[in-house]
Amino acid sequence: MRRPARTAILAAAALTAAAACGPGRPAGPAPDLGGETTRDDATLNAFGLPAPNLTNEQRRLFERGDSLFTQNWVTAPASTDARDGLGPTFNAQSCSSCHLRDGRGAPPDPAGEQARLGLLLRLSVPGADPVTGAPVGDPAYGGQLQDRAVLGVEPEGRIGIDYQTIEGAYGDGARYELVAPTYRVLDPAFGPLAPDILIGPRLAPQIVGMGLLEAVPASDILAAADPDDADGDGISGRANMVWDARTGGPALGRFGWKANVATVEQQAAGAFHGDIGITSGLHPDQNCPPPQSACSQAIDGGRPELPDSRLATVTLYTRTLAVPAMRGAGDGADADAGVRAGWELFEQIGCTSCHTPTHRTGAADIAALADQTIHPYTDLLLHDMGEGLADGRPDFGATGREWRTPPLWGLGLIDEVNGARFLLHDGRARTIEEAILWHGGEGEAAREAFRLLPADDRRKLVAFLEAL
Amino acid sequence: MKLNTPLPLLAATLAVLGLAAAACGSDDSSPDQATLDAAVSNYASGVHSSYLVSLQSAVAMDAAIDAFVEAPSARSLRAARQAWLVARDDYGPTEAFRFYGGPIDDSETGTEGLINAWPLDEAYIDYVEGAPGAGIVNDPGAFPAIDADLLVSLNEQGGEANVSTGWHAIEFLLWGQDLSLDGPGDRPYTDYTTAANADRRADYLATASDLLVTHLRELVEAWAPGGGNYRAEFESAGSNEALRRIITGIGELSRGELAGERMNVAYSERSQEDEHSCFSDNTVSDIVGNARGIDMVLTGSYPGGVSGPGVLDLVRVADPDLANRLSSEITVSMGAVRAIPSPFDQHLVDGVSDDDPGRRSVLTGIESLEAQTDTIVDAAEALGVTINVS
Repeated sequence: MRRPARTAILAAAALTAAAACGPGRPAGPAPDLGGETTRDDATLNAFGLPAPNLTNEQRRLFERGDSLFTQNWVTAPASTDARDGLGPTFNAQSCSSCHLRDGRGAPPDPAGEQARLGLLLRLSVPGADPVTGAPVGDPAYGGQLQDRAVLGVEPEGRIGIDYQTIEGAYGDGARYELVAPTYRVLDPAFGPLAPDILIGPRLAPQIVGMGLLEAVPASDILAAADPDDADGDGISGRANMVWDARTGGPALGRFGWKANVATVEQQAAGAFHGDIGITSGLHPDQNCPPPQSACSQAIDGGRPELPDSRLATVTLYTRTLAVPAMRGAGDGADADAGVRAGWELFEQIGCTSCHTPTHRTGAADIAALADQTIHPYTDLLLHDMGEGLADGRPDFGATGREWRTPPLWGLGLIDEVNGARFLLHDGRARTIEEAILWHGGEGEAAREAFRLLPADDRRKLVAFLEAL
Repeated sequence: MKLNTPLPLLAATLAVLGLAAAACGSDDSSPDQATLDAAVSNYASGVHSSYLVSLQSAVAMDAAIDAFVEAPSARSLRAARQAWLVARDDYGPTEAFRFYGGPIDDSETGTEGLINAWPLDEAYIDYVEGAPGAGIVNDPGAFPAIDADLLVSLNEQGGEANVSTGWHAIEFLLWGQDLSLDGPGDRPYTDYTTAANADRRADYLATASDLLVTHLRELVEAWAPGGGNYRAEFESAGSNEALRRIITGIGELSRGELAGERMNVAYSERSQEDEHSCFSDNTVSDIVGNARGIDMVLTGSYPGGVSGPGVLDLVRVADPDLANRLSSEITVSMGAVRAIPSPFDQHLVDGVSDDDPGRRSVLTGIESLEAQTDTIVDAAEALGVTINVS
């Protein structure tokens, strides 16, 4: 996409404003981001509420899933046998360790003063599994670095981060600083990692609305893909076709920073296994690569540790978390002119080319999720985001430079829920502005348009994003 | 239109309103402003009085805990436990004042997470069966000195179950793990004399108890008459907004919190870890305390002798039939939760059939609380207030 000239932006703004007064045009961003699953709650619990349109029976299952999501797993064997089986190696003791209050994790504190959870490192060597197409893990460390372990088992190593400051300036001369992290594995317990090891940092995102994203028809997502940029707008949009372990075949990837997982259930089972060390029907074996003998000899907490019924419960919970409503949106008394102006700018400078505002869900086994008009601000497709953000680690069809457009709902509430806000796949962006300024590749034109906006317009754009 | 209420429920609400209007032959049935103001003011006085009563018994508990750690014995431990149970009964009803961002759960200054966080991973605090070195108590290397700042900073650090402060932390330090089927936990008083890290355990218990008193005192101050605090803001926010908060609190407590997290999860998962006061086996009293809180707000009658117009009186003006229904549903739910046999954990044991009278009584309690929640939502609508409860 070419960068529109400043006058063109103003003209477009005037046109949009004029057109908005006519019939059939929305008067502002729709506040009910999750359709009828939306809740008007901007408190500490904004990410943790059940969709209001669940049945009584579903709500009771939701409550049980909430408990499973929150509880700490402990070392087996334990008197509390429904929740033993932690590890042997792991990153966190519970789902809520990294998704505190169903929210977002944080990268390690560079000063080392605060214990923070929510960042992990994926590991692989070049190549792909011949059957599934999945990345191939390190022979001694597997597909993820587990930096903690139960007593008597060694953690695989520690996350090492080096930071480099990048300076820049907005079009009006105002200066900014970005912090670029690079990652390595410290204190590897089982010898050096593979010489060609690829390291992908991943931050735990807020998890609202996942059931809705799952219910968007694949055909709609695929229809928006433009893998060869046939329309010449500089934005490709590629679908990641991944392996569906339930069907044993390829499927559209929707979840994960590279859209490398097809369903919420598989995302949850993968996190139980990789992050907490909990086996399930989808991951029946302990995660102990060959040299890790103490790990393979450790006592397990049942086979599997998470029975199918409990995986189903926690999956329902994750699918049916309510999406918080926008603040200051719509055309009612609370509507905020800055939010509305920012919403218009968001479209004008090209953000909506990837952050597609609106989708319609199709059929779903949970009626609350079906046939909803939702506003996740994502196309669920992969985009080349440039060298600055690249992790160089392919994942199924995603290249080392591609990332899935993340949904933006809840963006403005992360601070409220989690007391801090770290954005992008590894949490390197400390503000919304920084997250935008990191956009490169297919996002470069929109980023440049943002960088060159007058400060007042930048504020409006951010006000819109803060209202999500 | 934003639908926070499922369509059938909304339709039912509208039908009820329509019937009420038809029955009265007039749509002019809403409480006058003086009655509304009196109800709001009575609520504020009732909240203050409830927290004051809770503070007083917590101070007594704190004294008993101090006496115990000064001179640990089986007798002084029993006295401390008894004082916890008494204090706990006064706190339970105050949970009806949560869920609307008031002083207890204001997003910046709220202390709910420090006062009553739960479920709690006991191994975060102290040893558990099979892990003699677990917990903050047994980690002098990482935490050389146990003081209030440390416990506050560690609360919910690294996971929601990592609870270091509040009622249930104190409960665990007094009772220990409940490993028996027919009684509560049985922590020996020697944990505070000859056991490893006995001094640190005593510091922890005394500090957690002090903190609880401090946090309750702050709540009393926030609701005290005289201005310059939350109560002043609350009483000047307008009766509509005040009613929204008041009814949101009881609606959320009734279903999402009490029927849901505290009863249904433990009942359905058959999991003692999800039982509210699992160390002391005080869960049934906790449940009754919460239900009493809902009853207090509806009837306008609070501990400490505060009494005046309640939510039910307002609903009665707007829709007498609805008020009668709500009143009888509250009577039913109070009866249902009081009928649950104690200890609660005997209803969670694997192998106890769903037809067992104890398990049936829990389910009846859950269903009665769920049913009254729908009526509470209707009552809010009848008063022209939209509430958002899970």
